Amino acid sequence: MKYLTETIVLAVGAFLALLGVAFAKDRLFEAHMWVLFFVLLAGTLVMVRRVSFAPAAAAPSAADDGYFDEVIKYGVIATVFWGVVGFLVGVFIAAQLAFPDLNIEPWLNFGRVRPLHTSAVIFAFGGNGLIATSFYVVQRTSRARLFGGNLGWFVFWGYNLFIVMAATGYLLGITQSREYAEPEWYVDIWLTIVWVAYLVAFLGTIMTRKEPHIYVANWFYLGFIVTIAMLHIVNNLAVPASFLGAKSYSAFSGVQDALTQWWYGHNAVGFFLTAGFLGMMYYFVPKQVNRPVYSYRLSIIHFWALIFMYIWAGPHHLHYTALPDWAQTLGMVFSIMLWMPSWGGMINGLMTLQGAWDKIRTDPIVRMMVMAIAFYGMATFEGPMMSIKSVNSLSHYTDWTIGHVHSGALGWNGLITFGAIYFLVPKLWKRERLYSIRMVNWHFWLATLGIVIYAAVMWVAGIQQGLMWREYDEQGFLVYSFAETVAAMFPYYVLRAVGGGLYLTGALIMAYNVTMTIRGYQRDEAPIPGAAPALQPAE
Amino acid sequence: MAGKHIDEISGVETTGHEWDGIRELNNPMPRWWVWTFYATILWAIAYTVAFPAWPLISDTTRGMLGWSSRANIAAELASAKEAQAGFVDRISKASLEEILADPQLSQFAISGGASAFKVNCAQCHGSGAAGGPGFPNLNDDDWVWGGTVEDIYQTIAHGIRHPGDDETRVSEMPAFGEILEPDQIKQVAAYVVSLTGTPSDASLVEPGSQVFADNCAACHGEDARGNREMGAPNLADAIWLKGEGEAAVAAQVRSPKHGVMPAWLPRLGDPAVKQLAVFVHSLGGGE
Repeated sequence: MKYLTETIVLAVGAFLALLGVAFAKDRLFEAHMWVLFFVLLAGTLVMVRRVSFAPAAAAPSAADDGYFDEVIKYGVIATVFWGVVGFLVGVFIAAQLAFPDLNIEPWLNFGRVRPLHTSAVIFAFGGNGLIATSFYVVQRTSRARLFGGNLGWFVFWGYNLFIVMAATGYLLGITQSREYAEPEWYVDIWLTIVWVAYLVAFLGTIMTRKEPHIYVANWFYLGFIVTIAMLHIVNNLAVPASFLGAKSYSAFSGVQDALTQWWYGHNAVGFFLTAGFLGMMYYFVPKQVNRPVYSYRLSIIHFWALIFMYIWAGPHHLHYTALPDWAQTLGMVFSIMLWMPSWGGMINGLMTLQGAWDKIRTDPIVRMMVMAIAFYGMATFEGPMMSIKSVNSLSHYTDWTIGHVHSGALGWNGLITFGAIYFLVPKLWKRERLYSIRMVNWHFWLATLGIVIYAAVMWVAGIQQGLMWREYDEQGFLVYSFAETVAAMFPYYVLRAVGGGLYLTGALIMAYNVTMTIRGYQRDEAPIPGAAPALQPAE
Repeated sequence: MAGKHIDEISGVETTGHEWDGIRELNNPMPRWWVWTFYATILWAIAYTVAFPAWPLISDTTRGMLGWSSRANIAAELASAKEAQAGFVDRISKASLEEILADPQLSQFAISGGASAFKVNCAQCHGSGAAGGPGFPNLNDDDWVWGGTVEDIYQTIAHGIRHPGDDETRVSEMPAFGEILEPDQIKQVAAYVVSLTGTPSDASLVEPGSQVFADNCAACHGEDARGNREMGAPNLADAIWLKGEGEAAVAAQVRSPKHGVMPAWLPRLGDPAVKQLAVFVHSLGGGE
């Protein structure tokens, strides 16, 4: 009786969504419940076609090595898909900033599409990448099958349902206006359930491990999962105006609300985009270069230092605001102290190449990973620097911040995820190699060039913007109106969209390469010089 | 504990653990890393001693330097104010005529007015003061309420149709959609356009001029040159406040839009409004 329970649960869910439509207290909730209904209905129909009343097979259709890899395949495809969507939306909103006529009301105005971009790249692309790689890594490094049976499927589909609900909500105009946490209360509750299931699956696998010790990558993944749960719940504490309506009111107000948001927002960077992706790095870099991790002691010290320091650094987003001076001071000094703990990961990642530096030349995947670590190092130096109050008074509210975020997000999170995808796809689909190694090289250069253009342009734009805002004439009067500083940004905004376009082009090449690999093709191409003997078949 | 395992390439001992083929070298932490980490911690401690930092039960540590952001911004504002005090003092004591007569003072007033304009006025009138539909261009010599520096001061200080200001400038054109026939509105719009341009249908102009004389001339004048006392715009100068063309004129006749400008005197104070008036007066159309 395979899939019967799952089918019934989906059908009941679809029916409940229909009830939500019928009794909705506001138009937005009604529209959103329609979306939910159609998504769950589609899921039900797919499952109905799969229901089988034959006796359950003796063994689950597990992979030959006993690892639960099917869900990881879905995760990898979702990562590539959401990545392309997120980058595309990013290029679109970059173009909107340069050419405001592209604000197509009401669904595609900047205010609605911007959270669509940030959520698509952070939570859809990054989140799916983290879930998929963490499931892969935790099983291999624990020598145990993923805990909880079909729980892995629930985590994957549940998480992607969250993404669909969040994304459609933004376009409909449903938001609680908390940056990087825009979804309303009912979507937040759903994510909480999914996240607890994720924690159970991950922690359960570690607890049933057959290795005596827990590998460092798993510390980082676990730190990421546990802290994100805490951040998500506290930041989203809210009272719904109605249990059948989209609107809710935050439990916090005033400066407490601002601090809660930035405690969440900064640690979304710290634990989602840093700790989680360090977990990714600690597995895929040693595997791809086939060398031991450089220093166990460094990994343990920088892990605990990072975890301890990061959580206090949020107030640096609120320098020179109503936030009391003492909290601003602490936010700043913890950010400075965070510099070396962050760089511990960079040292361990780069020095793992000791004895295999030639692979940067011969293996584009290694090149990609090394560039990711380099951008990680640069962004984690720039961040503490920007948290210094006197630097912040120039940089804050300018496009410098946007440039900083993107050198971290495109450079570090993007490239390390691409590297992991290129590692995983041939392994998961049992292919000898990728469809094309040379396309990886193209992807590498397009992405790198795109990031460099993006970041450099935003530095110039941000510093110019900050200087224009504070420019006084010799008689002590402000020189520029705000609108003039906006107009001055035009060439930079155009160039930024160009940089983003290059990055998107690289991602499209990856999508093609991954698709062809999955379909089992190998491109007839000259090998990268020097790489021929170094390429090892999948073990 | 597994036996000693040495990595062949680097010759460094590993921790002896292995996960999915990954080992860990037992390298020490780089010294520069450790010392830089210590240095940032020491710096952080020193900084928190110097500046407000640690929360206590009912207060926080104030820091040995006695710095606070409120005191800091107050001091900066005070010094900025002091640097301009001489000029601002003279401006508040001088009449507008006296300011215009004194090159040094009027130069300062123009700079200060330009700066205040960028912060307060550019949102509606544009950063170049060229206005837009519904918002007058301040660079030309077509003044709805008067173009002497006193007139301009009065308009900025008390605003236009600003509720709660007794001296605000008020005018209200009736909604002729309820008074005139649609045909008459078409005719009068054609007539108004014909004063400076070519109407769509020349035959409408003659009856339009009659409609104008009967209904509009009382405020806009027999010659349609407007009346600044009443804030009735000049319709014979090809400068259009609400929009160009017969359709726009007809729309304004049918149900007129009335712009509102805030009274700035209570917000900005007399010296700033004087500077704004001198600045706007200097743009080219001042009388």
